[in-house]
Amino acid sequence: MPDISTVIIGAGHCGLAMSSCLAARSVDHVVLERAEVANSWRTQRWDSLRLLTPNWMTRLPGYAYRGSDPDGFMSARQVAAMLEDYAEATAAPVLAGTTVTSVRAAGDGFVVATDQGTWRASTVVVACGAAAVPAVPPLARLVPAGITSVTPAGYRNPDELPPGGVLVVGASASGVQLADELARSGREVTLAVGEHVRMPRTYRGRDILWWLDAAGVLDQRYDEVDDVVRARNVPSMQLVGSPDRTVDLNALRSGGVRLVGRLAGLQKGTAQFSGSLPNVCALADLKLGRLLDTIDAWAGGSGERFAPTAVCTAPLGLDLRSGEISAIVWATGYRPDLSWLQVPVLDRKGRVVHDGGVTGWPGLYLLGMPFLRRRKSSLIDGAAGDAADLTAHLAGHLDAQAGRRERKAS
Amino acid sequence: MTTTETPVDNGVNVEALLGVREALPDTPDIAQFKWRSTVDWVNGTHSRSDVETFYGFGEEQQHHKKFSYDLDHPLQFAAHDNGVTPVEYVLVALGGCLTAGVAAVAQQRSIQLRSVRATITADMDLHGILGADPDIRNGFSGVTVSYKIDADATADEIKGLVAQSQKRSAVYDILTNPTNVNVDVS
Repeated sequence: MPDISTVIIGAGHCGLAMSSCLAARSVDHVVLERAEVANSWRTQRWDSLRLLTPNWMTRLPGYAYRGSDPDGFMSARQVAAMLEDYAEATAAPVLAGTTVTSVRAAGDGFVVATDQGTWRASTVVVACGAAAVPAVPPLARLVPAGITSVTPAGYRNPDELPPGGVLVVGASASGVQLADELARSGREVTLAVGEHVRMPRTYRGRDILWWLDAAGVLDQRYDEVDDVVRARNVPSMQLVGSPDRTVDLNALRSGGVRLVGRLAGLQKGTAQFSGSLPNVCALADLKLGRLLDTIDAWAGGSGERFAPTAVCTAPLGLDLRSGEISAIVWATGYRPDLSWLQVPVLDRKGRVVHDGGVTGWPGLYLLGMPFLRRRKSSLIDGAAGDAADLTAHLAGHLDAQAGRRERKAS
Repeated sequence: MTTTETPVDNGVNVEALLGVREALPDTPDIAQFKWRSTVDWVNGTHSRSDVETFYGFGEEQQHHKKFSYDLDHPLQFAAHDNGVTPVEYVLVALGGCLTAGVAAVAQQRSIQLRSVRATITADMDLHGILGADPDIRNGFSGVTVSYKIDADATADEIKGLVAQSQKRSAVYDILTNPTNVNVDVS
């Protein structure tokens, strides 16, 4: 059984960033990848998808964008190519086509079983992504037969859906982008809207992410926020990777999208929508106002304010058997797949309990989760800082372990 | 928000509420509650409802006394007006829940309240309950809540209190989302 200091699970941007940081400290390690580098960017993204963050912000340890379009937005294919180049440039020890089947604690380390053999590791870094599996609510099983259900991981383009109206459930980044794309393709689109994060693409003449980056909003640490549980559950920003294009609810409504409340129930073939639409819009408008105030306080002066989200009386029910709706897009979020993790670090809902990526089990680390250590932990740009911090902790753990072994031996 | 010399006190023990939330990860069962009331028919459309016990924090609990409420219909319905109508209790519950939330959120956000008044209005088309038009529902066709709040805060901070209160309100959730209701006879 090969023995190694660190096994990193997952060769996405987080796993590769961690590998780069460990290499800089000469920590021997391997990156286990079920398929190939940047697998989900190759296989689980719709055709038109682009990063929400501009190219200049696509930074990894030792890597910065040097192309000719710093203000552009990478396609999924370009992200995959960029990560492949990065893995090559950093000589990341990636073992592709290696699926982890279990990780369990053994002695003062771990045994990592894969379909290609078993490793002994002093430390394990779980970097296989917060968005491994689409999280579809249980009521999806009540959808009447004959209606096509897809998730953003499986959706490719409007032509692949059967002709007819589409109900998009969820108004975060995926939901608003797909509602927008489907409406532009001529579909009748209904968008079920729960809590969401309204965001203009540009503010005071610059990309909103330039402001968030420059004003330090994205650098806010997990131990600085009032309520980290709430911060970690904030949905993704209503943005699309396209200069000057805003996809907030007002823009979607102007594009012909019908807005309804959160999908709250499904009874006898009728989708039931919450009556809370005015409040979730008010919450998002107020939150946006506070964010713009924060930017203004940092920058001085004041910028434009955006019109409140227009909410008219929305229908509370939609008969899914009437033929009006032919497909439902479940843009209801994602969850990690940790079914192989046999170390007791999960809470009652199956989520890893951690303090900024450091789990309660010595030597086990987590990367790539929302607000793991900073607000930008969910962005590619967040991986560098998080990986550097966890590498420092991990190296300290290895040193302490080596010290204990030496004392034992002498 | 304007900073004040005196500590903000809206009479809400936010620390106790946050303490319960912090205890939940270790003892999730204490969060399981049951609310109860009984209703006895008096005469005509007049009933009396009692509320005394509930279950929560892992054991049987009791209000400090039994509360009783008369329910009836007004004279205009050829009834005796011994109490407000059941639908008006729904308005009482919604306004009470949201206003308690405003006070709690204000306390948490260090905003001193001076006065809070909610006016709750519900629209209803009697064709529904009278069975006169199958297309009209029995319940409210819409509810509006209008707040007047005097507080040591900006207009947007006050709007934020009201929005956050709705987000965390049980009765608001009960009214805006479907709930399974089972009624049996023993």
